[in-house]
Amino acid sequence: MSSQDHLKDTNTEERFEFKKEEKSAFKSEKGLTEETVRVISEDKDEPEWMLERRLRALKQFQEMPMPTDWPGQPDLSEVDIDEIVPYIRPDIEARGGADSWEDLPEEIQDTFDKLGIPEAEKNALSGVGAQYESEIVYQNMQERWEEKGVIFCDMDKAVQEHEEIVKEHFMTKCVPPSDNKFAALHGAIWSGGSFVYVPENTTVDMPVQAYFRMNSEGMGQFEHTLIIAEEGSEVHYIEGCSAPKYSAFNLHSGGVEVFVGEDAHVQYSTVQNWSKNTYNLNTKRAIAEKGGRMEWISGSMGSKATMLYPSTILKGRGASDNHITIAMAGEGQDIDTGAKVYHNAPDTKSTVESKSIAKDGGRTNYRGLVHIADGAENSSTAVECDALMFDNESTSDTMPYMEINESKVDVAHEATVGKIGDEDIFYLQSRGLDDDDAKQMIVSGFIEPITEELPIEYAVELNRLVELEMEGSLG
Amino acid sequence: MATLEINNLHARVAEEGGERILRGVDLTVNSGEIHALMGPNGSGKSTTAKVIAGHPAYEVTEGEILLHLDDEDVADVDVDLDDEDYHWELLELEPNERAALGIFLGFQYPAEIEGVTMTNFLRQALNAKADEREELFEDEDEDEESAEADADDEGYDTSPMEGPADDGEIGVAEFQEILSEKMELLDMDEKFMQRYLNAGFSGGEKKQNEVLQAAMLEPAVAVLDEIDSGLDIDRLQDVSKGINALRDEQGTGILQITHYQRILDYVEPDHVHVMLDGEVAKSGGAELAEQLEDEGYDWVREEAFADA
Repeated sequence: MSSQDHLKDTNTEERFEFKKEEKSAFKSEKGLTEETVRVISEDKDEPEWMLERRLRALKQFQEMPMPTDWPGQPDLSEVDIDEIVPYIRPDIEARGGADSWEDLPEEIQDTFDKLGIPEAEKNALSGVGAQYESEIVYQNMQERWEEKGVIFCDMDKAVQEHEEIVKEHFMTKCVPPSDNKFAALHGAIWSGGSFVYVPENTTVDMPVQAYFRMNSEGMGQFEHTLIIAEEGSEVHYIEGCSAPKYSAFNLHSGGVEVFVGEDAHVQYSTVQNWSKNTYNLNTKRAIAEKGGRMEWISGSMGSKATMLYPSTILKGRGASDNHITIAMAGEGQDIDTGAKVYHNAPDTKSTVESKSIAKDGGRTNYRGLVHIADGAENSSTAVECDALMFDNESTSDTMPYMEINESKVDVAHEATVGKIGDEDIFYLQSRGLDDDDAKQMIVSGFIEPITEELPIEYAVELNRLVELEMEGSLG
Repeated sequence: MATLEINNLHARVAEEGGERILRGVDLTVNSGEIHALMGPNGSGKSTTAKVIAGHPAYEVTEGEILLHLDDEDVADVDVDLDDEDYHWELLELEPNERAALGIFLGFQYPAEIEGVTMTNFLRQALNAKADEREELFEDEDEDEESAEADADDEGYDTSPMEGPADDGEIGVAEFQEILSEKMELLDMDEKFMQRYLNAGFSGGEKKQNEVLQAAMLEPAVAVLDEIDSGLDIDRLQDVSKGINALRDEQGTGILQITHYQRILDYVEPDHVHVMLDGEVAKSGGAELAEQLEDEGYDWVREEAFADA
């Protein structure tokens, strides 16, 4: 059985909506103080410089106001950091993640089994990292990649074992804590996540995947992902996320930094299916050198509110960026997502394709920025965002900002907002499809131009999630 | 043999103070028969078609629509018809349930669905129809006791990791075979199947596509709403060939709504009906259509008023 078949046959709802009894080895107090940060750093046995960076980030977090003045932004008034448990170390023996699923406690093993991760690893992945609560619990990569010098490991382990390269790249030039309040929060209490290093001229031909699972009520997950792709290398990183639903809110505030070397190619795919009590406030950024190519593929289905704008800085001549974004908001959800691209060099190229679907009173917003710097001659950008609404209760906005400071450029922008048509539904019903199937068919057609560009293993998973959301059986 | 029987059908636009459009339509179409429904603009022809299919924009205020079925019509499902007059009341059913029982509506203006290929659409429609039929006839058969037993028996036949058991969907090869056959019949290009459903189709292609869908779904009765409008003569001949084949090859009853005699030269009706002011004012044979072509509708109106 291929991996696609496996994913197709798995009951997606069963896979996400289960809770495990909370069993942890170490759990921090609720809230955020200097003491909390010191305790986390000590528990991880970190070098002094990392503690200093954490404390500096904490200070910045405390000084920065909560973002409230963005036009039409999601309501974050419920997000009270003092109510969050920022750090839970699950009860496992091996730090840095076991390399065999059997070595994990049964309830954790069972969790990832249900999510289909070990099965996918066997069939279609070069490596897998799995994070449970605040720590990576499983980490493995095929030997042939290790032999070629590829590193795929737990971020905490990277701080210890690849200290110099981490010290140089970690929240320094790509996503500094000063970027925004939640980046600062992340810098103070980050834990877990992946470190990926691909040496020059190495192509990792099967994707590596990280899966992030929050199990406990009222916790925050703050994993950090750092990807360094050296000159001429190529890698595809997939992240998946989910959590069972609780009444108290959860907070996810990840940080992602990607360094795309000269003529390197990085694809970063996310399937976000957080439970509908989760605030998903991430900062993701890539810097692409000369001729480098960055691709962001994001599917946002879950969460109560998402604010996420993956960004790419096209730093070197001829660098390019491609964003594909699919967002879906149902009852009580506010998905505010988009893309940011900075054209800082000549001959750079970007495309943004965004599709959003709002139903049952949900709200989607495309918020994007394309900046073309003075001197970035012969650059081109094309932004296309389409929104589909199911009913009059749902809303969909589009805020595509453009800052063009160079005249020799090619800029294209298209936006459509439509409501699903009653006549279209009736037409399909008259052919035998029931109301739900008819709507689902229209939605899958709406996102089709995007899904056909996606890697197959990603598209299958995404389609399953869209179907599940359409059935309205979650949350 | 299936029979669509419409008795004293009254319908209005489903909104407050909505206009009354149908004022007592009586019409019976047997499978294997071709009926032409004619009449001036605004007489209620298209509304009749939409109400038969269950369009939510109309509210039925009086009357009934019955679909009578016999053993042959339900050979694919496990049901025993001991009832002498086995029938379904269509007004109580959802549009997709009516479709599953064998009602097809060919649209005057078919919807364009972007991103859904013809192949995907047709396969899903066929599978949905088969599933719905099983469900409809299962419910019909089932007494309360067994329904309760089913409720206790919820859960998976197989492990949840393996997903639900295969529910006997139509296989790709079988589907392709049926499709190729029908497309050849309609003289349609295979390339059609990779295009998105009606998206960017010419007027003629859309109409051809409606007939193709009818051919694939093999309905008991197909109501075709102005299938001949906007067709050039070549396409009209293709479409007509298709309609005749629906009747000849699979015994579908046809209720064809048209303004023009032209298509009736190719699809010869067994019965012709004239609608006026929301009722069927006159019925007759093929010669009635010719008379209408020559003389218009005024004489029918006069005759109808004289009768009243």
